[in-house]
Amino acid sequence: MLDDFFIRALIAGLGIAIVTGPLGCFVIWRRLSYFGDTLAHSALLGVTLAYTLEFNIAISVFIISSLIALILIQLQKKTNLPGDALLGLLAHSSLAVGLVVIGFLTFIRFDIMGLLFGDILAVTVDDLLIIWVGGPLILLVLKLIWKPLFASTVNYELAEAEGLNPDRAKAIFTILMAGIIAISIKMVGLLLITGMLIIPAAMARNISSSPQSMVIYSILGGLLSVILGLFTSLEFNTSSGPSIIAASLFLFILSLLNIKQSIKLKN
Amino acid sequence: MTSNQNILVKLNQAGFRLKDKWLVKGVSLQIEKGQIVTLIGPNGSGKSTTAKIALGIYKNIDGEVEKFTNKVGYVPQKISIDWTLPLRVRDFMVLIENLKDEDINEALSLTGVIQLKNKNLGDLSGGEFQRVLIARAISKKPDLLVLDEPVQGVDFTGEIALYKLIKKITDELNCGILLISHDLHTVMSATDHVVCLNGHVCCSGSPMDVAKNNEYKALFGEQASQILSRYEHRHDHIHTSEGEIKKN
Repeated sequence: MLDDFFIRALIAGLGIAIVTGPLGCFVIWRRLSYFGDTLAHSALLGVTLAYTLEFNIAISVFIISSLIALILIQLQKKTNLPGDALLGLLAHSSLAVGLVVIGFLTFIRFDIMGLLFGDILAVTVDDLLIIWVGGPLILLVLKLIWKPLFASTVNYELAEAEGLNPDRAKAIFTILMAGIIAISIKMVGLLLITGMLIIPAAMARNISSSPQSMVIYSILGGLLSVILGLFTSLEFNTSSGPSIIAASLFLFILSLLNIKQSIKLKN
Repeated sequence: MTSNQNILVKLNQAGFRLKDKWLVKGVSLQIEKGQIVTLIGPNGSGKSTTAKIALGIYKNIDGEVEKFTNKVGYVPQKISIDWTLPLRVRDFMVLIENLKDEDINEALSLTGVIQLKNKNLGDLSGGEFQRVLIARAISKKPDLLVLDEPVQGVDFTGEIALYKLIKKITDELNCGILLISHDLHTVMSATDHVVCLNGHVCCSGSPMDVAKNNEYKALFGEQASQILSRYEHRHDHIHTSEGEIKKN
């Protein structure tokens, strides 16, 4: 069954959606969408290094993204530049350096489009293994740090005063972000990973009243987007990343209709 | 120093400096089980800062702070919650500690907001939200309660009831309370120990001692020491930007 590229892509995509659901909620709650973008852009550098050193792409991307996150934290402490300027600086310079390095690697044929927007043909059995081992691992760690992370998202001082450790939770969450980008880059592509994180969660926000229900709707939205997107991709021969994101946008628009209806009902 | 097992938190010459400005300096106080310690003082005198030092929110402090308990309930003066979060009162109650449903109901009933349990936090009025904050802080049955202007925005009858409740909780749980309040009347009637701050400790002691103290009179006015109901104060000194104190 795993011989079929489409089945592989489907299993990979579903594995990714389960993880991006809850992480995406935190990205929205903590206003981290540009942070996610920066990590994703730096992933290109990770990919090129993986090719150069003939190393596993996911692991290489994970290391580079974590490194960029670390550099960002240091820059925030040492410079007076605002956070968004630092994010922009790191995002574009790491993307640029990645592309320059690709220019030098003339001996390897690169599928740039695949890197940027994802390619369902590229998903191997090894990738599935990484997604279905790495993904649950990310979820497990997220569950362990849920309390301090969520409490400090609501109010930092309350969490700190009452004995949780919000700084540690934040640092671990950053690593989890690097992790999800690493395992989903082949499938979704580095320009669209943040969309995969944000759009299902944004859709979920529209229709949920508690944090738990938002996480659940976010996962369901992601799963549905993957299924819809991949079938579209297969049918019309479009890139997998944009197809999945477009499907999630479709669900987001549906959730807006739901809001309108519930407002009508109230009145 | 730790021989007294009733001590919950102890500050020794504690101070906090933001860049070059001292927010508060040289504060020594301790809170014991079953005791209400109240901080009073004009705006900007370092009351909230002192509370945050005691709670361990500020890290790079001067002097020492020793905390002997981790069961702390905190009602901050200002709380800004981001409404991108879908958060109901019941979700907020279990934010830091997992509670049984009965405990949640009990705490919300005590502060008179049980009917708001399923409401979104963003839809509450200021006074309602304040009652939820107090309910959350007491629901975990803490050893130490830190209440920073806990009844702000609460209606008059509610204010008295909530102070009575706070007093009752101290007796029942035998917990220590660090209270910041502007209401001198309440302070004087229910407090065991008063610390009068003005960037530093002006005076401290039992409410009656403090009321008789000249520095206190200078800070809050003659009337305050007589009836303790009108809140008025004159500054006997001003603070320069370096945190120095200049007599008028």
